[in-house]
Amino acid sequence: MVAIDTQAVTGVKPKTKATAMKLTSRKQNNIFGSPVASFVAIVIALIWTIPTFGLFISSIRSPEDINNTGWWTFLANPSFTLENYNTVLFQGSSVTPPLSLYFLNSFAITIPATVFPVVIATFAAYALAWFDFKGRDLLFYTIFAMQVIPLQLALIPLLQLFANGVVIGDFTLIPPLGITGTYIPIWLAHTMFAMPIAIFLLHNFLSQIPRELMEAARVDGADAFKTFRMIVLPLSIPAIASFAIFQFLWVWNDLLVGLTFGGGKREIAPLMVRLAELTGTRGGDWELLTAGAFVSIIVPVAVFFALQRYFVRGLLAGSVKG
Amino acid sequence: MPIQLAQRVFSSVGPNVVLLVVGLAVFVALVILIFVLSERTREKTQNRLKYLVFLGPAIILLIVGLIYPAIRTIYLSLFDARSENFIGLDNYIWAFTQPEILIVLRNTVIWTIVVPLAATGIGLGIAYLTDRMKYAAVVKSLIFMPMAISFVGASIIWKFVYTYQPDPDRPDIGLLSAIVKAVGLTPPNWLLEIPLNTFLLIAVMVWIQTGFAMVVLSAAMKAVPDDIIEASMLDGAKGWSRFTRITIPMIWGSVIVVLTTITVSSLKVFDIIRTMTGGNFQTSVIANEMYQQSFRALNYGTGSALAMILFLGVLPLIIYNVRQVRKEREIH
Repeated sequence: MVAIDTQAVTGVKPKTKATAMKLTSRKQNNIFGSPVASFVAIVIALIWTIPTFGLFISSIRSPEDINNTGWWTFLANPSFTLENYNTVLFQGSSVTPPLSLYFLNSFAITIPATVFPVVIATFAAYALAWFDFKGRDLLFYTIFAMQVIPLQLALIPLLQLFANGVVIGDFTLIPPLGITGTYIPIWLAHTMFAMPIAIFLLHNFLSQIPRELMEAARVDGADAFKTFRMIVLPLSIPAIASFAIFQFLWVWNDLLVGLTFGGGKREIAPLMVRLAELTGTRGGDWELLTAGAFVSIIVPVAVFFALQRYFVRGLLAGSVKG
Repeated sequence: MPIQLAQRVFSSVGPNVVLLVVGLAVFVALVILIFVLSERTREKTQNRLKYLVFLGPAIILLIVGLIYPAIRTIYLSLFDARSENFIGLDNYIWAFTQPEILIVLRNTVIWTIVVPLAATGIGLGIAYLTDRMKYAAVVKSLIFMPMAISFVGASIIWKFVYTYQPDPDRPDIGLLSAIVKAVGLTPPNWLLEIPLNTFLLIAVMVWIQTGFAMVVLSAAMKAVPDDIIEASMLDGAKGWSRFTRITIPMIWGSVIVVLTTITVSSLKVFDIIRTMTGGNFQTSVIANEMYQQSFRALNYGTGSALAMILFLGVLPLIIYNVRQVRKEREIH
């Protein structure tokens, strides 16, 4: 298990020998640093983990076992099967495709819905951090403020726009786009909704590039485009990665956008939409739900543990001062 | 079987996969093309072009995706279900007089008070307990993990915990019922029990958000200078009193940021309610009701009005956050 490396993300420098010694004394004086505190913390961590653990155990038990005994009895007499995963992933019915299809849909939605906003927001963050123009601060704060607009506020008009275009009186401002029923509205909606937070987070990082470096590039004759390509982009890869992970998890885990902009079409519906549907219609079929839920969890949790450092860094940049 | 499956999956995803590949390729090609062309233009043109290339797409997306829809939603909220007749504030009056909607509003208020306080409180506690503890990273990882799990996944996990066994002769499969029985009580049908069910749903959100609070506050604690801690130790401050008199004041700014962030998430919560109860049994909140009105009842008037109420709830938090960030920028 990869541990959260708080030092790396907060930028707190490793302690010198002298401060390390001070730390030991600090520990001794702190009753919360005692075994009791550790014990309490471990108990809380266990309580936090047990529900997920129960789901996982249940997903590898036979339907009979799941419905007749508690999952904790598994620990006494373990017997496991992958049959639930086989059923839920590969066996659909005449009307509903198997979960593997929705799994693919989730990737097909998530990859562009991560790439598009990351690229476009990096452009905008660069301009807001390094171009000098009138109203720059006003624009930045306006974009920042937009991040807390609930996406519910945009839902109905945006859906109508994708379906019918925008017509004012007799004048067609935007024609009907004919994209409903494809992934495109979902990609666009995610890209649009991600803009404020993406620009804000990336701006925080990009504005920290040393001014001398940017000046040097200009003296060398690099224009705005070349500077972006040669200096800004290579330096901001960690920041971009942080946000990309964030956005990937957000899109992968999203239900509302997939539900509304997918228009209920099975061919393009992501995993979460199908899982929510399953919970409604097959609420008692725990062998399907536990395996299905675990399939949906495995991707974000793997991403999370593999790239935890970037994830935490992105999180802190968005919420901690500075 | 596998071949049939592959065929079947491909026949339904085939066109979509093509769309995926084409979509990505077109996007990347456009970006490269724009850069190649822009770098070849004269300096004078470039100075104007750079705004268009770097800021243009984001601004268009923000206007089309957020500003225009927000204004249009205000407009729709003043019209009837089919957006045909102007009815003034009737949709808002409906929202604040209809008994079912009043319950929805009450639930939303409960969510926005309980979730931030509980998640921040527990997160703060764990951050302090694990500060400089051995193996703290493992403990923190476990508590933080629910952040990566979707609301839908979390809802299924907890729905399983809350499973009720109607037949008293059969063993429980829900963990909560089993625990309650083990201590000699009779478990209720958890998700049908009003008002307990709302709090059981809230517990799911607290479970998810605690990790966020913990990580942010733990980082803030690490940033407290050592000499301040030492000075307090010389003054004899220990344990609890150091926690309340030194640690909390030092990280108060971060505590407020965590509280406001979680409040916004709680105001907008939708997936948990929809997955666990569908908003039945008096558990609905604004975001869920907005979806029901707009896409189930197909009433764009009431749906838009509810979205506006949600926005008005978030607004003070937006203003506060903007002012905080502006203040910090002035300091730097």
